[in-house]
Amino acid sequence: MYAFDLIRPRTLAEAVAALAEDGAQPVSGGQTLIPTLKARLAQPERLVSLWNIPELRGICEDDAGRLCIGAATTHAAVAAGVADRFPALAQLAGGIGDPAVRSRGTLGGSVANNDPAACYPAAVLATGATVVTDRRQIAADDWFQGMFATALEEREIVTEVRFPVPARAAYVKFVQPASRFAMVGVFVAQFADGVRVAVTGAAEDGVFRWTDAEDRLSDRFDATVLEGMAPPADGMIGDIHATPAYRAHLVGVMTRRAVAAA
Amino acid sequence: MADITVTVNGKAMRRSVPDHTLLSEFLRETLRLTGTHVGCDTSQCGACVVHVDGRAVKSCTTLAASVDGAAVTTIEGIASGSDLHPMQAAFNDHHGLQCGFCTPGMIMSGIDMVNRYKAEGRALTPDAIRHELEGNICRCTGYHNIVKAIEDAAGRMTSMATAAE
Ligand SMILES: Cc1cc2nc3c(=O)[nH]c(=O)nc-3n(C[C@H](O)[C@H](O)[C@H](O)COP(=O)(O)OP(=O)(O)OC[C@H]3O[C@@H](n4cnc5c(N)ncnc54)[C@H](O)[C@@H]3O)c2cc1C
Ligand code: FES
Ligand code: FES
Repeated sequence: MYAFDLIRPRTLAEAVAALAEDGAQPVSGGQTLIPTLKARLAQPERLVSLWNIPELRGICEDDAGRLCIGAATTHAAVAAGVADRFPALAQLAGGIGDPAVRSRGTLGGSVANNDPAACYPAAVLATGATVVTDRRQIAADDWFQGMFATALEEREIVTEVRFPVPARAAYVKFVQPASRFAMVGVFVAQFADGVRVAVTGAAEDGVFRWTDAEDRLSDRFDATVLEGMAPPADGMIGDIHATPAYRAHLVGVMTRRAVAAA
Repeated sequence: MADITVTVNGKAMRRSVPDHTLLSEFLRETLRLTGTHVGCDTSQCGACVVHVDGRAVKSCTTLAASVDGAAVTTIEGIASGSDLHPMQAAFNDHHGLQCGFCTPGMIMSGIDMVNRYKAEGRALTPDAIRHELEGNICRCTGYHNIVKAIEDAAGRMTSMATAAE
């Protein structure tokens, strides 16, 4: 590993101050960033660890009944901690990577990174969650801005994500067999005022809402209303694993399965 | 440099390591515990799995400085004297290894999954074992005997725990 400095703050305020230095970048669980550093795809001079900041960890409920999950909460802790209150989210977190990745990787890292094949972005967008940072609150619809792009500003830290809990929900992922990331993953969430469908893994612009499916499902929440439907292949990812047409087809299949499972 | 206090295989120690040191480097190069293997650069193979505070982690994807204050267990720390850990014994009995490169990681992941399933009161079926091994790659065995070994060890670990109670 090439040399960098690591700052280990104990409070959010210390972390914010440490990030004010030039060339500094946060590191949370490191399950994306450390492999990226090894590959020299990024070479920050200074990393600010968010791992030991108690205020960034844990799960609670706010007055509106939303689940508020600290950014540095691990995938394993979410899988165990929300199983009774929001099983679809627990299942998503428990299906990320493998057990060792889940014991270090965090919600905040996933949401900040916005990998086009990551799982959490689908849950955040499908529930219309709110991303909270050290300085503001941003609606999911405004947060995700394309592949690896978000509304996150320089030196800004994601502190928490607030998830409205749907009446019914499910996440179904078709895994890319080598990486276990989503080749296509669909999160379906039914609320009193309508249904939201978010798709990850499929599109060149990263996670997106499949609004045609949302409209039909909001009328009647039943997989059969989506029979034969798929989003346009235009703009879907094409790589050695799957063509754009195949991914578009999978979105239809995974969405129907998610509705049936919800 | 980062000053860290860690307990490795039951032994408390204090060390000063460069900030960028990976836990795998710390174990292998500083402590000379070379049973922890490094098989990839992409955090995918699981040969480097150790336990940090009782949880399986990939030591190649963990900074040594981030385990300050924690207890680390490696493959060197699981046998009691010349008595193999039941997971090690089961890998031996079921031919769960050929070249042996993946074995330390397989065994540490195996122990972790048995402990977690036991704590949650869930059955560790062969299907569950295969699923739990998603982060451990073996280029030799074809996995069947690894799955058998973990299944058998789960039974041995449970009867051991019952006998101890
Ligand atoms: C083998 C393997 C398999 C995986 N499989 C999956 C999968 O199936 N699905 C999936 O979704 N993911 C998968 N991942 C990725 C994993 O979920 C990561 O844990 C996650 O994407 C990043 O979280 P982290 O805490 O590790 O972030 P880090 O690696 O620490 O950071 C990632 C990026 O986010 C920034 N960052 C981190 N935290 C914050 C914060 N609070 N505020 C602002 N910026 C921040 C960092 O600066 C960095 O740029 C896999 C990873 C591996 C190694
Ligand atoms: S060496 Fe750690 S996952 Fe391969
Ligand atoms: S025994 Fe050779 S890699 Fe598994």
